[in-house]
This record gives sequence, structure tokens and C-alpha cells, in this order.
Amino acid sequence: MRIGVVTFPGSNCDYDAYAAFRHVVSCPVEFLWHADPDLHNVDCVVLPGGFSFGDYLRAGAIARFSPVMQSVIKFASDGGLVWGICNGFQVLTEAGLLPGTLRRNAHMRFACRQVHLRVENNRTPFTRGCRPGQILMMPIAHGEGNYYAAPEVLDELEHNGQVVFRYVNAQGEPDVRSNPNGSRHNIAGITNGQGNVLGMMPHPERAVESILGSADGLALFQSLIGVGVQAVGTEAPSASPLIEKRRARV
Amino acid sequence: MVMVTGKVTVRLKEGVLDPQGQTIQRALQQMGYAGIDQVRAGKTFEFKLQADSPGAAKAQLKEMSEKLLANPVIETFHVEVVE
Repeated sequence: MRIGVVTFPGSNCDYDAYAAFRHVVSCPVEFLWHADPDLHNVDCVVLPGGFSFGDYLRAGAIARFSPVMQSVIKFASDGGLVWGICNGFQVLTEAGLLPGTLRRNAHMRFACRQVHLRVENNRTPFTRGCRPGQILMMPIAHGEGNYYAAPEVLDELEHNGQVVFRYVNAQGEPDVRSNPNGSRHNIAGITNGQGNVLGMMPHPERAVESILGSADGLALFQSLIGVGVQAVGTEAPSASPLIEKRRARV
Repeated sequence: MVMVTGKVTVRLKEGVLDPQGQTIQRALQQMGYAGIDQVRAGKTFEFKLQADSPGAAKAQLKEMSEKLLANPVIETFHVEVVE
């Protein structure tokens, strides 16, 4: 598994993601440049957090038209793994790779704190090392993370198991107080219908060592690269056909 | 070719909650302005562009609005051109 982390003008979590892959889980990783459409044959593209193009117009709206994104859209359509974190999630919705949009936080303030997430679906390449319903603690840091989609789209997401992470309290209940930004259904992260594209507002790359306040984000990195996947969890999640297909390629 | 002045107004769809508008409304009310039932915030883009005709300019502005200026999930837009 080789990872490519995209750097847009204004990305500021690209090095965090790079460091988590390279230094914490020892996975080959390189940077991809926004103006270069070449994805360097990586197996997974990470769109990092930050403020690409200054968040001008709408968060992610300009980045979505950069040369690298034209390749990422094609890569995702062919089943390639794409992981958007924070601003990366915003870029993915703007690009139409994920449904809905991220609106200004309902309370109009930047939200920067630790949150609890519940793993709603562990049958994705990004969460296959997690237990169903596992609670993960990691930080959020965003002004526009208020997930919105039309009611019929929300129904479809819920029905298909595309809601992967939900904001919950420490007891694992998705109540109003634990919703940091007004997101519909307390949604913190979703996949596309095929499950190969994940967008999430919280920052797992900032929660990979206990000295950072939490190491819970590690579970996602390990899931992705397949470390300890069978050892973790009460029942071994069955790998999706997609993962098998990509393994066969490698 | 003609020089066309165009204006695109992007606004939130009916029924989409507008926390920004609500915050502005509360501020105005605190300033003492009475009788404000609703404030909805939007965006205006002003263009000067060369086109074959005002109609062609309008079509181009519409296409650019659909692709970039407005997010169809939550926003609608209106295009005006002045020759």
C-alpha cells in the first residue's frame, strides 16, 4: 500500500497526515502537488485538512477544479481509495464524489475540541479494524463542518450504511450536545455508495500518539494499511471485494 | 464582440436554514432596528466580459454559475446582463 497526500495552496494538515503514515504506521507515503495531475500510481489518495485556496467562494470549491482533482475523480470512479479529512471532505462534496455539503457551523463559531465518534460501519477499508459501535476520540477544527443533505439523501445514506462516523457523547449516544456543528443526524463522516471514498470532518491524523491527547485515530490508519485488522474487534470484518481486488493488484 | 456587464446573485434555497442571516438579524435588532422579520445572506458577483452577444454572455454566466459560483445542494442563482 502506497499513499499520496495532496498539497493544495492552503493545506495545513498535509504534513500531519504524511507523518502519521510514515513515522507512526511505517507506510510508504509521498506528497502529490495540486497542479500536477500525476497520481504517481499510489493506492490511496489523501486530501488533507486546511484552507485550500483560502476557502474562497466556498470551502473546497476552487480546489475541486485543480489538475490533481481531475485525476482523483477518475481514480475514485475506477474504485481507487480516496480519504478526505476536514477540508478534504469539503473538496470531495464539491467534486461530487460524496453527496451533500458542509455548511457553516450552526452556531457560527470555529469549533476546535476533542469529540467522540461512534463507528457506524466497520465494513469499509478505512474502519475494518474497528469494532461496530466503537467509540473513538479525536479533535475537530473547522468553521464549516455542518453536514447537510436533502432528507431523501440522508435516508439513502442511512439505509446504505454510508454513515461511517457519528458525533456522540462519551457514553456513545448521539445527542444534541455532542453535535459540535449542527450536522444532520450527527453525521461526522460518510462514504460514497461503493465505499471507496471516505470524507470526515474530525482529524484522525492528529490523534495517532497518546502524547497528542489520543491515539484513537490510529485505528483508521491501521485499517487502511491492513495492520492488526484481524487481531482487533470481536468479529473479524469481512474485507470488501474492493479491498480484495486492490490487494490482488499489489 | 460586445463588452457586457453581468451580475450573478447567489442565494440560499427556500427552506435552507441561514445561521449567518439570523446572526445579522439579531445584531440589527440589538442596534435598535425594529420590524425585521427575516434576513437572508447571499453573494453577488459582478463581471465585465467580452462575448458575441448579451445572450451569449448570459448563457456563459449561467454555465459558470452552475459549475462554480453556486452549490446546487443549497443555493440558487440569478443572472442579469447589461450591454
